[in-house]
Amino acid sequence: MESDERSNSSEREGTGRSGTTGASVGRGKEWDRVARTPAFEDLMRRKKAFLVPAVIFFLVFYMSLPVLAGFTTVLDGPAVGEMTWAYVFAFVQFPMVWILCHLYRNRANKWDGLVDKARQEASEGRTTT
Amino acid sequence: MTADATTIAIFVAIVVMTLGITAWAARSNKSTSDHYVAGGGIKGWQNGLAIAGDYMSASTFLGVAGAISLTGFAGAGVYTAVGGIVTYLFVLLLVAEPLRNLGKYTMADVLASRFNAKGVRSVAALSTVVISVMYMIGQLVGAGVIIQLLIGINYTVSVISIGFLMAIYIGFGGMLATTWIQIIKAILLISAIVVMVVLVLARFSFNPIAIFGEVSTQLGRDMLIPAHGLVEGLNWVSFNLALVLGTAGLPHILIRFFTVPDAKTARSSATWAIWVIGLVLLTLPILGYGAALLVGQEAIASANPGGNLAAPLLANELAGSVFLAYVSAVAFATILAVVSGLVIAASGAFAHDFYNNVIRSGEATEREQHNAARLTAVLVAVLAILLALGAQSVNITVVVVLAFAVAASANVPVILLTLFWKRFNTSGAIIGMLTGMVASVGLVLIGTDVMGENALFPLGNPALVSVPLGFLGCYLGTVLGGSRAREEAERGKQVPYEEIYVRSNTGISDIEEELETGTAQQSQV
Repeated sequence: MESDERSNSSEREGTGRSGTTGASVGRGKEWDRVARTPAFEDLMRRKKAFLVPAVIFFLVFYMSLPVLAGFTTVLDGPAVGEMTWAYVFAFVQFPMVWILCHLYRNRANKWDGLVDKARQEASEGRTTT
Repeated sequence: MTADATTIAIFVAIVVMTLGITAWAARSNKSTSDHYVAGGGIKGWQNGLAIAGDYMSASTFLGVAGAISLTGFAGAGVYTAVGGIVTYLFVLLLVAEPLRNLGKYTMADVLASRFNAKGVRSVAALSTVVISVMYMIGQLVGAGVIIQLLIGINYTVSVISIGFLMAIYIGFGGMLATTWIQIIKAILLISAIVVMVVLVLARFSFNPIAIFGEVSTQLGRDMLIPAHGLVEGLNWVSFNLALVLGTAGLPHILIRFFTVPDAKTARSSATWAIWVIGLVLLTLPILGYGAALLVGQEAIASANPGGNLAAPLLANELAGSVFLAYVSAVAFATILAVVSGLVIAASGAFAHDFYNNVIRSGEATEREQHNAARLTAVLVAVLAILLALGAQSVNITVVVVLAFAVAASANVPVILLTLFWKRFNTSGAIIGMLTGMVASVGLVLIGTDVMGENALFPLGNPALVSVPLGFLGCYLGTVLGGSRAREEAERGKQVPYEEIYVRSNTGISDIEEELETGTAQQSQV
């Protein structure tokens, strides 16, 4: 379905956005109709609730490695055998990435249902005010 | 090391295989869309492996293992390995799916989906070409040096032959050939690494902790602890910032998300890439320390001062010359594949953005576009060859780090704000990209990597300063261009944010059609 859109999207691009944007005032309303469906609002609420804390967490968790390793000596001591805490912290980043990746993927795959629901609701004119 | 029959046979086998793929792909490379994005029909696992292939360049396999073998945690090796995986979380969570939903062939398409200005397209195309050519010079110089050392072909001949091969791949096979070459290269690389890791571990009774113990006793504890100090700390923070943000602005990685049919497949390809790249990077300390212990740091440094030959030397030590030949051929295939991906990205910027959308105002026919794409692929390849021939003595790390820093400073702020900031406008996008580009390139030129002791800027990596400057440029441009943006919006030249917001989150691309079909279905009921 999407690939069909792709193949004729070259014409869409070819005739130029200016062709379509002429009607952008009207188009804005159409998009707005989707944005105001209960399903889309639900989708964005769920996305934000997961993405904002997740991105802040992993950026802080990751940047703590160069900060602690570069400015302090707390990671210099041996942790497991001769392996230093710096290495432990570095290796822990890998499972952190894999776990967050799958937490996100499982959620996002469910969110796809909300996208379909938003399309349906928009075409039926079911919007919140 | 000199060429023997086995080495040459394995090299030739790999080249023949890639040419075979190109011949097969050339039969289905019929349209512009086939050329740039393989018709948008690549599967999730295929794209995931191809992303891994695009990302695991010569600097990963050869450079990271080499850096760890010579400097341990104190050098760039470990940070590069860790940052290399965390950056994909950033790509997966924030940019992969929205870009797939908004873009078509190039990064500039994403920006042009919101800002209808030739200026935005031109600047985005310029940054794509700058980043891709930088990255390409690093790869070609590395390839030339390595091939010269491994099979004794002269530097000029090896750079020209690599350039010639990739011009054939892309001119004839387009994105489909490039994708399959990436996939095969990823599989070859992973198999070589798995064999090497098992052989190294076998020497230490399959106990990775024992390797750290041996490093500590034989090479000293300094090999296991990070570099400390105010300037070192700032430099590594900057380095890691460039790494973790940079991938989301690398054009040749971003265009891989346009080759899949929908956001769900974009998501699954990023997941595949995260697992494959993560598992490979996780083993690099074993290979690096293994090489330092089994081959010896002196032998590694004398073969190449940057340590770039640590992995091939380790292969020779572990299983003899046939395995050395295999690992070298894999390194060669790696470079060919990465450079092909870069050429597609850069030629898209030239042919699709400059030629079709800026010069011809989007009026070029399908046939003209496809021909322009193939022609510019060859031109970009020639340009990269000429630059690489002149840059033999350049430090590879400097150019690759520069590419990441330019991507993080010029592209990432603009991409994020296009997706998430309602007030962002055309002048913000143009000024932001230019500020990020000038700041990152300028600071590298006056930084320690280029000027050494007398540097005007105390760090080698500019990201800590140039990324905030990129965001600042976007903000100031937006505020200063506010009245013009309102005018543009009134004349319908700027797409309302509501459209971008809905499109990037849902993948709906033709709203009238969507709503009409829905209404039609409804009326039938």
